[in-house]
Amino acid sequence: MGINRTQELQDRIRAALNDKTMLKIVGGNSKHFYGNDVSKNTKVEIIETRIHQGIISYEPSELVLTARAGTPLKEIEALLAKNNQMLPFEPPHYGEHATLGGAIATGLSGPRRPFAGSVRDFVLGTKILSGKGDVMSFGGQVMKNVAGYDVSRLMVGALGTLGLLLEISIKVLPRPHTEVTQCIAMSEQQALKTMQELNQSSMPLSALAYEDEKLYVRLSGAASAVKSAQYKVGGETLLHADNFWQQLNEQTHPFFELSKPLWRLSVPYVSTVTLNEKSFIDWAGALYWLQSDKTAEEIQQHAAELGGAATLFRAHQVQTGTNTQERFAPLQAKIKQLHVNLKMRFDPYGILNYGRLYSDL
Amino acid sequence: MTNATKANRKSLRTQLHQVLPKTSILETDEQTRPYECDGLTAYHQKPWIVVLPESIEQVQNILILCHNEGVPVVARGAGTGLSGGALPLANGVLLSLAKFNNILDINPANRSATVQPGVRNLAISEAVEEFNLYYAPDPSSQIACTIGGNVAENSGGVHCLKYGLTTHNILQLKVITIDGELITIGSQALDTPGYDLLALMTGSEGMLGVIVEVTVKLLPRPEQAQVILAAFDDVVKAGEAVGAVIAEGIIPAGLEMMDNPAIRAAEDYAHADYPVDAEAILLCELDGTHEEVNEQIHFVENLLTTKGATSLRTSSNESERLKLWLGRKSAFPAVGRISPDYYCMDGTIPRSQLPFILQKISELSKEYDLLVANVFHAGDGNLHPLILYDANIEGQLERTEEFGGKILELCVQAGGTITGEHGVGKEKIDQMCVQFKSLELQLFHDIKHSFDPLELLNPGKAVPSLHRCAELGGMHVHDGLLSHPELDRF
Repeated sequence: MGINRTQELQDRIRAALNDKTMLKIVGGNSKHFYGNDVSKNTKVEIIETRIHQGIISYEPSELVLTARAGTPLKEIEALLAKNNQMLPFEPPHYGEHATLGGAIATGLSGPRRPFAGSVRDFVLGTKILSGKGDVMSFGGQVMKNVAGYDVSRLMVGALGTLGLLLEISIKVLPRPHTEVTQCIAMSEQQALKTMQELNQSSMPLSALAYEDEKLYVRLSGAASAVKSAQYKVGGETLLHADNFWQQLNEQTHPFFELSKPLWRLSVPYVSTVTLNEKSFIDWAGALYWLQSDKTAEEIQQHAAELGGAATLFRAHQVQTGTNTQERFAPLQAKIKQLHVNLKMRFDPYGILNYGRLYSDL
Repeated sequence: MTNATKANRKSLRTQLHQVLPKTSILETDEQTRPYECDGLTAYHQKPWIVVLPESIEQVQNILILCHNEGVPVVARGAGTGLSGGALPLANGVLLSLAKFNNILDINPANRSATVQPGVRNLAISEAVEEFNLYYAPDPSSQIACTIGGNVAENSGGVHCLKYGLTTHNILQLKVITIDGELITIGSQALDTPGYDLLALMTGSEGMLGVIVEVTVKLLPRPEQAQVILAAFDDVVKAGEAVGAVIAEGIIPAGLEMMDNPAIRAAEDYAHADYPVDAEAILLCELDGTHEEVNEQIHFVENLLTTKGATSLRTSSNESERLKLWLGRKSAFPAVGRISPDYYCMDGTIPRSQLPFILQKISELSKEYDLLVANVFHAGDGNLHPLILYDANIEGQLERTEEFGGKILELCVQAGGTITGEHGVGKEKIDQMCVQFKSLELQLFHDIKHSFDPLELLNPGKAVPSLHRCAELGGMHVHDGLLSHPELDRF
């Protein structure tokens, strides 16, 4: 069941306020590379959320699970699997100790995202500790809730800069009855065209990716529907398909053996990224993983021209620690101002993960 | 709050006439009267002035002028909202976005469409039909309500359980802030860097900015959709059957429930061949590929029978499907026909609490001696109990309001919320004090101030002042009543 350590975490924040210490929030520390490097901030202490763990409630027929932020993703996924359910947004773990809080704070979704929804789509409620040390609850455990601003979803991807997550309620879904992956050899150009066609069809898709001259089409649903779609899609049925998708999601696929910085480009569906770099295309052409040592300006400008944005996902090892550039694409001035305003309200003394998302937040 | 004086308004009026054509400003009593309320007609207030801009520049100018003079602004779409969110202010500008009614771009490859906020919800699906796509959220007023209003309220509909609310189905917004800046929130891509301002803006009830463009996500139309009507001799059994369907790993496109008074009223009105002796019916719609629907329909039919359904009817073609839905979709006007007045609630509860809440509502109905017809979005626990009353009988409205307040209190107690899809607006502002503590309400005000420090955008809605909550000292209801029974509401 885990232990409720809210009081301890609250005391830590209050103490930090008192001592004017900045706090770096750490869950399983599996996504430490993501976002700006804040370890060089002066007077930073680590606040660990892993101590605050445990699944608080789970009612399979309600499709809702509530857990403390420090709960290991593994534990949650195992419980869901036992009940034939899943986290539909397929959060990447990037490490054995990945926590639910980390998944929500980073807001990263896996290959199923274009067809099932993203992390934030499945967040129903949160309990947080603000930078003032206040415990607050938003949203709830119900699917429909329009009372008050949607602070719960605002937490997703905020990298802990607006509050320390204490509890999260998420919507879960039944596992598909059947799931198979078809693999078809084709050129990138052909693949983009095929992805576009499939993406507009009513086929039971759950992932569309392309790498190394091969298109991967994952189909999920009722057995008969999947079988019929398999026939229509063609190609060969991939053996050990789960491994393939897991390797993509967890970046253990050989593509992710890095010799250059890894960029993540979120772009409109089937954009043609023309940076002439080796890429892994996911999300039906809406997500490109790119290894490139081109300048941030060039990559970010290209993504922006396509209507998307580029993130420096993993700086190359050599650069780690010395890299002072922003990892995320620059924001429009007024939007940035709104970010600063919000940060000021949630964390007026700038103690929570200051600088992790943008260097001035 | 605004301290605008008469002089400010006089000055603003002169300047508005400089930036807008004469035909875009409405000032006479006759002209402003139609704007005095939205779908919740119990509250009405004529605005000081109505402006109908037709370009982004005009909206920017209007907001800059209002900002400079400190005059509040209430934005309005089609005015079909049910919580008084678009209720004007006597000393304020009513900014109608009715002229922003163009579909700007349809992008089938990106499964998206970019439209102006005054485009009607249904018009989007109609416009993209040729690409075999549609826009999923379908609030009951979809024939009339506009997408700008949908975003402001985070509107739902009957298909939320599977396809989500407005917040799940939009990509990008263009918004004008109170100081007149045009900002782009979200993007044409799935992920956008920075805070999720798209989530914050959706459902913010016009408090943070004025939406001038919306890019919506589109979905491929399902190959097949079929609906099962299942009758039950016991409301609790029907409620339990809802949980059973979901527990079996099936996510229906729609899963709706009606109790006997609602069934009778709907049948009298719509003649959909509903079983009028049933204590409750479920409408369970399944959609997807032909194979998937065929497989699931049989499974769900068997399951519902096991769970005590006394009779089943399944649509075998599109006209039968629409007929089965007709009764449900006419439930509100049908109830409007059998009772002089009715008051529609919008609480949401965890599904497992459905039998408990139904029992409690039935007890309260006896206690207050007021009939209730229940229609639910049962799949996602969103209740719309309709309390029947007669405003001409002294004291009935007050009893109805008190009864309604108790239902919402029960919803909060059961782990739910005071509003699932209609919004807080003016109507449920006092119940916000029950659902949230001071710290959270204060943070809501802080968020408002991050966008609108002078509180000029739709002031007095959605979030109560702490002072107000303190004065109420708990539950004290000032709800309004729903009118316009002619509009479909489900």
